[in-house]
Amino acid sequence: MEALILTILLTSVPLIFAATGELVAERSGVLNLGVEGMMLMGAVSAFAATSVLGSPYVGVFAGAVAGAVTAVVFALFALGLATNQVATGLALTIFGSGLSGLVGAPFVGRTVDGLPVFAIPFLADIPVLGNLLFKHDIMAYMSVAFLVIVALFLNRTRAGLVLRAVGNNHDSAHALGYPVLLVRFYAVSFGGMMAGLGGAYLPLVLTPHWSEGMTAGRGWIALALVVFASWIPSRILAGALLFGGITIMQLAGQARGWTIPSQMLSMMPYIATILVLVIIARNRRFALINSPACLGRIYMQNK
Amino acid sequence: MKVKIVMSYPSNRNRSKSRPLLEAVGISKNFGDFVANDDVSFSIHAGEIHALLGENGAGKSTFVKIAYGLLRPDIGQLFWNGEPVFINGPQQARKLGIGMVFQHFSLFDALTVAENIQLAMPPGETMASLSSRISSISKEYGIGVDPNARIYNLSVGQQQRVEIIRCLLQDPKLLIMDEPTSVLTPQETEQLFSVLRRFADNGLAVLFISHKLDEIRALTSRATVLRRGQNVGSVAIKGQTNSKLAEMMIGNKVKNVARQNAPAKSKLLFEVKNLYRPKDSAFSVTLRGISIAANAGEIFGIAGIAGNGQDELMSALIGEWRGADSGIIFLDGVDVSQKNPAERRVADMGFIPEERNGHAAVPSMSLADNALLTSHSIVELVRRGVLDLSSMKAKAGAIVKDFDVRLPVVNPLASSLSGGNLQKFVVGREIIKVPKVLIVSQPTWGVDVGAAVFIRKAMLDLAAKGSAVVMISQDLEEIFAISHRIAVLHDGILSDAKPAGILTAEKVGLLMGGSDAVGGVNI
Repeated sequence: MEALILTILLTSVPLIFAATGELVAERSGVLNLGVEGMMLMGAVSAFAATSVLGSPYVGVFAGAVAGAVTAVVFALFALGLATNQVATGLALTIFGSGLSGLVGAPFVGRTVDGLPVFAIPFLADIPVLGNLLFKHDIMAYMSVAFLVIVALFLNRTRAGLVLRAVGNNHDSAHALGYPVLLVRFYAVSFGGMMAGLGGAYLPLVLTPHWSEGMTAGRGWIALALVVFASWIPSRILAGALLFGGITIMQLAGQARGWTIPSQMLSMMPYIATILVLVIIARNRRFALINSPACLGRIYMQNK
Repeated sequence: MKVKIVMSYPSNRNRSKSRPLLEAVGISKNFGDFVANDDVSFSIHAGEIHALLGENGAGKSTFVKIAYGLLRPDIGQLFWNGEPVFINGPQQARKLGIGMVFQHFSLFDALTVAENIQLAMPPGETMASLSSRISSISKEYGIGVDPNARIYNLSVGQQQRVEIIRCLLQDPKLLIMDEPTSVLTPQETEQLFSVLRRFADNGLAVLFISHKLDEIRALTSRATVLRRGQNVGSVAIKGQTNSKLAEMMIGNKVKNVARQNAPAKSKLLFEVKNLYRPKDSAFSVTLRGISIAANAGEIFGIAGIAGNGQDELMSALIGEWRGADSGIIFLDGVDVSQKNPAERRVADMGFIPEERNGHAAVPSMSLADNALLTSHSIVELVRRGVLDLSSMKAKAGAIVKDFDVRLPVVNPLASSLSGGNLQKFVVGREIIKVPKVLIVSQPTWGVDVGAAVFIRKAMLDLAAKGSAVVMISQDLEEIFAISHRIAVLHDGILSDAKPAGILTAEKVGLLMGGSDAVGGVNI
């Protein structure tokens, strides 16, 4: 049982990274559907860096940089050239899948030493809880720390207020003198960095090798998770555990010979997301507060 | 040019008792061929509530945008406390002490009142200190707003208060209010007025832009009247009647306009019998028993100041709004009350709504596509559901040629045309079909003089061919220039139509000011 919970926790880490980053981008009004592509770029870069340089910590850094650089490509098109965000995001996923496969080809079949477990002194000695919560690799702690920082940033800082304002009404934000595109550029880049970290977690911790398309749809689950969390950071955590749990159930269920087809389980995150969308649509008040009104809308400076 | 203006300035200063807070001398502003402000001079003193009065398109908005730094004047000079200033943007205007509350608010729906205000303030102030300043200002002026409320939960009046508080926190000396009452209920208007009066008592100057005469008389001490971009006089409000102000607003130019003689007794083509329309929001007007009878060969002019039911009447005549009853609107004897706009077009009516961009034409579509939009069920531009592109282009080309539309490229997007050219196109698109009845609202609003002359002549020519034209216009000169008979819309009631030849501007001005409401004036 403990092993099962532990696996669920580890599975949810990449989701927390990617969804937290995407949440920031979406709160600024940008819908970046390229999460899967950015995660793959992060994964292959992390694995390659670790494999060549021998340090998984360098790999973490490389994954973050690769994700951010991929997001900057998106930003140049979607923000700089005001292209359609949906089309650009889809293109980014395809681009990321292809490029990561190409870059990663020489690394297929290799293995690396993943991130070591870093037990937190004293806390790790607590019975049961210590094993579950305080004996993880450094990225697992980072994912939760980022989530907390993002929540505080959005709700407690002026910069976070400006970011929410830009996502809520970019024309008014511009009228008040805020640099709409620059704010969005930062938000999208941060989102890319987080997706890159989420991708890096796969070869550095979960399965210490590289294979093409190894994210296996986690980018799409992260996107659904943002909506499932209704753009509220704290809900990302619960949602990631739920979605991570469902993913593990599929594997565990198969191993134990459950009769539920695994396809049914892999549908669950999306069905849950659709249900949340329906609930949001029925509750105008809720939708108005948290969903960024300018999400996906093109903003052109000096129009 | 500038030298002359600056030299004339000292004599201005000597005339006024105290130094004005803001003074504008000789402000002119053109948009292409359109003259928005023509040599406007103006001054406002501390502690004064000053009205800027004028019809739609008279240049009020242009003038205040110049004062707030949103537009640069072509010629002219602004003085702040007697010092010449060049206001290069809203930020500089705010620094001087000029605050402005716009007609359309720029608030963030999802954020709280305090967050909205914080966004407009320089960084550094804590939320707690800001909240307490908001509360103290609310108390001082009796503008109650909960700092923690979210904007989407507030009424329009409350949202306006947030905008006002946002201005006040920047400690302005002059507050510009652009048609603030256009979105308010009467009760909210009354509350706003008492707040504005308190501002004036505290030494703040308020520039109040409106075309509502009752409000101006209730609130302000002086009024500057703009007409066609020119200042036609600054008057003390005391002792002015609505009709005197209305006359200043609309001018007496109409005296010199050659009137149209009504055609000899001819066939009744378009009839509205006792149209009632309840208001559908607090900001619209109830139409009360409107009757129209337009004959073949005549232009039936409907005058009136904006906001007296023009929009409501137009959408009812077009069929965008339909009441429950039949037997209200007749086209050549046929009841069309329950027909939608497309069906009315098939029945041989043409419509030209006021708003060119987005109502009469789709800005992002080409002229050929726009030509199709009002003819899809009438002309053979569509064959078995498939668009005949070459006929559409030929159609658009014919309109362009006949109505002298100047194009930047062949078959351009509607949005790339200037206002006057697009208006000629949408007018031409209807007139080229020679409809039995043409309903048109504000046909020459915001277009240059040349295009206006052309459009008016086209409507007269259509009438001469035996059609009936119903024209709603706020431009009295236009009403007198081409109408055969004239009626006045005031507060949702349409006066009896009279032949243009026997009407005077004074009489129409009285009706527009609502003096007829108790039956006091006979035409």
